[in-house]
Amino acid sequence: MQTIVCQPAAAPMLFSAEGMVGVIFLLTVALVFTGAIIAVNAQRLVRAVSGLAICFTGLAGVYYFLLSPFLAMMQLLIYVGAVSILIAFGIMMATPENERVTGMKNRPLLAGPLAFSTAALMFAALTLLGLKTQWQAFPRQGTFDIKAVGMALLTTHSLVFELISIVLLLAIIGALVLAQRGRN
Amino acid sequence: MQLLNLYNCLPTYLVIGALLFSFGIYGMVARRTVIGMLISSEFILAAASTNFMAFNRFLAPDPVVGQIFTLFIMAIAAAEAAIAISIMIAVYRNYKTIETDDLVDLQG
Repeated sequence: MQTIVCQPAAAPMLFSAEGMVGVIFLLTVALVFTGAIIAVNAQRLVRAVSGLAICFTGLAGVYYFLLSPFLAMMQLLIYVGAVSILIAFGIMMATPENERVTGMKNRPLLAGPLAFSTAALMFAALTLLGLKTQWQAFPRQGTFDIKAVGMALLTTHSLVFELISIVLLLAIIGALVLAQRGRN
Repeated sequence: MQLLNLYNCLPTYLVIGALLFSFGIYGMVARRTVIGMLISSEFILAAASTNFMAFNRFLAPDPVVGQIFTLFIMAIAAAEAAIAISIMIAVYRNYKTIETDDLVDLQG
């Protein structure tokens, strides 16, 4: 076992292939936080959902940098393609035309600063935890490729795989029943 | 240019996860509508996924496990969003609003 921080540790030059990759990574992270700020602060709900989609597109890039193109594709498919669209439909169906705002204006005076300080404390604590801990890397045994993911999904984790399908089925039925109830 | 090597460092991803998590917490506390809180909860789930993927990339002996766990988080998040939207539609049908201040029937 060894303590690791960066892997590899050497920094690349700006005008090299690795340096360009670093620039693209910084742009991706900028995309993530632009989207997150829009999603949390926007006045109108539709803009918040657009921010969510932007943030999750950037997050797919982050997953790509974490050596998992499969998860990056899944992030685009599930979050950007399904969840954001679902929330957009929810906004169109469950909100009156003149109320499609997030209500940031008429909240109590202290709500904004209190929420901000709660989030800032959380961020400080988690960041300190992440930066101060001496992370230990175990010797690598497997590979990152999608074939290994598929094999593990259907052998080692097959029970969880079946359970998640039952959960999704129940969610579909439950959503139908809930949305149907009280309809005339 | 240590800035350009950030994508090879574990703490970068941990800080990204922490920042996403605190954005989610901020939204959960500050938002006044149910849909706003749902959007913020997606950020909290995404922060958890990011941390799993980061530890999977840098520390885990078998780099398959973290990917599969993140995949399951995504499935749970999709199910949660579907259920939350349908609850919201049911609430809107009964109350004609989704502002959290108006949904206080159980407050006593």
